[in-house]
Amino acid sequence: MTATLIWILVALLAIGLYLSWTAGRLDRLHVRMDAARAALDAQLLRRASVAQELATSGVLDPAASIVLYEAAHAARQSEEEQREVAESELSQALRAVFGEPQQVEAVREAPGGEAAALELAEAVRRVPMARRFHNDAVGAARRLREHRKVRWFRLAGHAPFPMAFEMDDEPPAALVERAA
Amino acid sequence: MRIGIVCPYSWDVPGGVQFHIRDLAEYFLRLGHEVSVLAPADDDTPLPPYVVSAGRAVPVPYNGSVARLNFGFLSAARVRRWLHEGKFDVIHIHEPTSPSLGLLTCWAAQGPIVATFHTSNPRSRAMIAAYAILQAALEKISARIAVSEYARRTLVEHLGGDAVVIPNGVDVDFFATAEPKPEWQSEEARSSVEGGGGTRAGGTIGFIGRIDEPRKGLPVLMRALPAILEARPRTRLLVAGRGDEEAAVEDLPEELRSRVEFLGMISDRDKARFLRSVDLYVAPNTGGESFGIILVEAMSAGAPVLASDLDAFVQVLDQGKAGEVFANEDADALAAAAVRLLGDPARRAELRERGSAHVRRFDWSTVGADILSVYETVTTGTTAVAADERPGLRARFGLARD
Repeated sequence: MTATLIWILVALLAIGLYLSWTAGRLDRLHVRMDAARAALDAQLLRRASVAQELATSGVLDPAASIVLYEAAHAARQSEEEQREVAESELSQALRAVFGEPQQVEAVREAPGGEAAALELAEAVRRVPMARRFHNDAVGAARRLREHRKVRWFRLAGHAPFPMAFEMDDEPPAALVERAA
Repeated sequence: MRIGIVCPYSWDVPGGVQFHIRDLAEYFLRLGHEVSVLAPADDDTPLPPYVVSAGRAVPVPYNGSVARLNFGFLSAARVRRWLHEGKFDVIHIHEPTSPSLGLLTCWAAQGPIVATFHTSNPRSRAMIAAYAILQAALEKISARIAVSEYARRTLVEHLGGDAVVIPNGVDVDFFATAEPKPEWQSEEARSSVEGGGGTRAGGTIGFIGRIDEPRKGLPVLMRALPAILEARPRTRLLVAGRGDEEAAVEDLPEELRSRVEFLGMISDRDKARFLRSVDLYVAPNTGGESFGIILVEAMSAGAPVLASDLDAFVQVLDQGKAGEVFANEDADALAAAAVRLLGDPARRAELRERGSAHVRRFDWSTVGADILSVYETVTTGTTAVAADERPGLRARFGLARD
């Protein structure tokens, strides 16, 4: 009788430890996800800022300036729900404006244009990176949260269910193509 | 930026991953970053100043062969000390799934961790058994890098999640500016600057790799050789690499053996000169390649490349635009393609030109900048790397006093 009781206690303790360990793992994943999200926000903001700067610099023709300014402005001001759409539209605007290598050349030749082009090229390259790292973290967190033990024991607490950030982040080919 | 790099394989044994880490560390040092590499090494091997030894690797049977790995209490303690003393902004682990330093570091660290997956091993049985533990350690990695689209695909299939593709780096100019060595060139190439007229039915074919490792594909090339020599009798095959030379030519008819020259192991400098000299570089590998750095080196040196159609190779060769491919393990296809290329100087010149332009994306200046972008992306908005202090039992139950 006592032996059974002891075994039950041991089993309960083992389960408790395992759940505690899982909760720690989940917590770490949430931290990583938040950091990845902050990094993605920073890169998106940076891209929109450089785009807006270029649009108002007078280097581009008026039509391209307006298109780019409009898209960059919308991306920066967008509400959380419209963010993915607005950022995708900025990607499309960037691809439309910098579709031709000549346009990129024109920017480079303007005073201070070399630095601006480089900064934009870096920004459009880092957005897909940051997004991939973010969605990777989201995927890992989701896989763990969908597990029975996490759902039954409510290990995730009140943390919102992680959502991937889906957008069109294809960079303009002429910008990322490196000089041979 | 303070960068910590973890090398899973012995520093004193030459290998692709080790060279990659050495070049990467030196690239960052040149840019003025602080770099420390943690690698297994015998305590008495001379190490560059930026390498910290994690102790001697122990040979153990693993995954069908004997691997030299680091594990156990002592190695774990050294990893913790390295993390503690380094105060890194980011750590970069190579090959995190091998049961060695990479996994230990993953286990012991917290903060921004970047990991590069070099090989594309199918999931081993040991990995399935250790899956829960492995998963918990791998979950800490904030950014994954795969060396090719092929490696990324295997990674996604086996471990889930996603990765960015950044190829391995090569010092393109080192190969592009090497001096060709006359005795490794064909007579045509020696007499004309243009790279040979192909009139004398000759040419030199180059092969670099372990002779006795069948996956490097030398047997396939040996099977193709009689047909090549029949069409172009003055062709020479130059083989650079370790292994049993007698056994390699065993199946070749006696009179053809003189057309094969073995150079043994060659230095980096000679490798560059070798690749600059040959008329055609053949990579008949039959499998187990996730990148194909040798093809990039050959193209950097301006050697026309003929390779087997492994996924990784086709990708490095820009879907066959920067070099020619033949059906894997098909000696007849290899022979036909080699004969055609050796007899067509115009096509070889075209491949040389395309190859040289294509390899620029594999140069360290590009690859290093991309890796640095990854570091900067993951360090935005987080704290530095620290040893992962596991909470005690009391803390877990909320009993510890803060």
